[in-house]
Amino acid sequence: MSLLAGFLAAIGRVVLGWLAATGRIALFTGETLLHMVRPPFYFREFGAAVLNVGYFSLPVVGLTAVFTGGALALQIYSGGARFNAEAVVPQIVAIGMVRELGPVLVGLMIAARVTSSIAAEIATMKVTEQIDALVTLSTHPMKYLTVPRVLAGLITVPVLVGIGDIIGIMGGYLVGVNRLGFNPASYLQNTVDFLELRDIISSLVKGAAFGVIATLMGCYFGMRSGRGAQGVGAATKSSVVAAAVLILAANFLLTQAFFFQ
Amino acid sequence: MITLDNIHKAFGPNKVLQGVDLTIPKGESMVIIGGSGTGKSVTLKCILGLIQPDEGTITVDGQNAAKGDREAFLTRFGMLFQGGALFDSLPVWQNVSFRLLRGALKRPKSEAREIAIEKLRRVGLKPEVADLFPSELSGGMQKRVGLARAIAADPEIIFFDEPTTGLDPIMAGVINDLIREIVTEMGATAMTITHDMSSVRAIADHVAMLHDGRVQWTGPIAGLDTADDAHVQQFIHGRATGPIAAIR
Repeated sequence: MSLLAGFLAAIGRVVLGWLAATGRIALFTGETLLHMVRPPFYFREFGAAVLNVGYFSLPVVGLTAVFTGGALALQIYSGGARFNAEAVVPQIVAIGMVRELGPVLVGLMIAARVTSSIAAEIATMKVTEQIDALVTLSTHPMKYLTVPRVLAGLITVPVLVGIGDIIGIMGGYLVGVNRLGFNPASYLQNTVDFLELRDIISSLVKGAAFGVIATLMGCYFGMRSGRGAQGVGAATKSSVVAAAVLILAANFLLTQAFFFQ
Repeated sequence: MITLDNIHKAFGPNKVLQGVDLTIPKGESMVIIGGSGTGKSVTLKCILGLIQPDEGTITVDGQNAAKGDREAFLTRFGMLFQGGALFDSLPVWQNVSFRLLRGALKRPKSEAREIAIEKLRRVGLKPEVADLFPSELSGGMQKRVGLARAIAADPEIIFFDEPTTGLDPIMAGVINDLIREIVTEMGATAMTITHDMSSVRAIADHVAMLHDGRVQWTGPIAGLDTADDAHVQQFIHGRATGPIAAIR
């Protein structure tokens, strides 16, 4: 009986821990939103965050998208051949990239590149008392560190997703035309004809949501970092894991909301 | 004047402060000594509001530190952190003039830079240092930059957290002399936390010793060596045996 009680207590502790973490993240999100609409605003920090989150992520987003688009074209051609549907490569690459792979892959790459760097930077600032220094210099850490980064995620990641979608489609186009023998003009025409406005809007909305999740998780775990190198490492790891899981969960919910109402 | 009245603070089962009562007169330099883990840094952070005390009241010139406009309250303070706590992403001059580039004390950029260079000069650093980044400086230079930042806005109250930790004896002496000079010329109220007895003798007007979360002894620096308190005598002479347990 005591073994069973111990087992149940262990499960209870895990569940309570998850609930407490969810509550803390919700409060952190609420506090961030509150500081977004209250001055002062730090435009220089916002500009730096836009460069870090958006501009410097372009190479990794471009490479990820072009290879994924190319591989997708090959897979669809190969799989479609089983039921004589090789011709649908342009349409499926377009829909696959814009609706799903573009936003998700960009979100995950941002989680890997940006979330980790934000968490490590803020955690190091916490460990080295730079966060305390900000407070003593009459500067609210949420306003100075979190708000600019989350706003940058909200604004730049949809742009990255848009660029990723286009590059991914071009990756499919290059493989389709050069390797699979598609006519260039009809490939592009099929792509354009098949995409709907809703596909593009869903892609950009997902990008905005994933941008907020990625940057928010970096800030949250950075701010809650434990002491020392181990604390910084743990905060970085937790931020990336949480961001990736939440991005995939949000992707499911947004797909449901956009296409299965 | 800073007054701490019956301050308690615990972290889980660890009761760090157990009723600290302390008064720091205006314009005086108070040095707080005590072994590691006796709550010196926690006391300082409670005054600044970085940590909320569980019980007790802190007043600064009669104003309750826990109430009122936080930003206005903090503009009265300057703080030198133990490790410098300089912002890695900013050049030295922007670290020093951080407070002058934003918020209530905001100045034009050129004026803020001029003030930063002047403060750097005051702590013995050349103007060329202004455009370097903190990672390009030695430990002693980082402390000086931290000191320049602490005094950049001419605060009424300055806190120094272990100002000589990690420095060689000569550099520690330089920092001690700088702190004493600056506090005297600015007429600021100062509170310093240190283990370093040479710092105590160089900086203090008054000394308070924390032990077991309370003020064990307090008095003027002149009375430190003759203090009739076994804890104080063990601490200032660095004896392994005495009322303070060596293993904590």
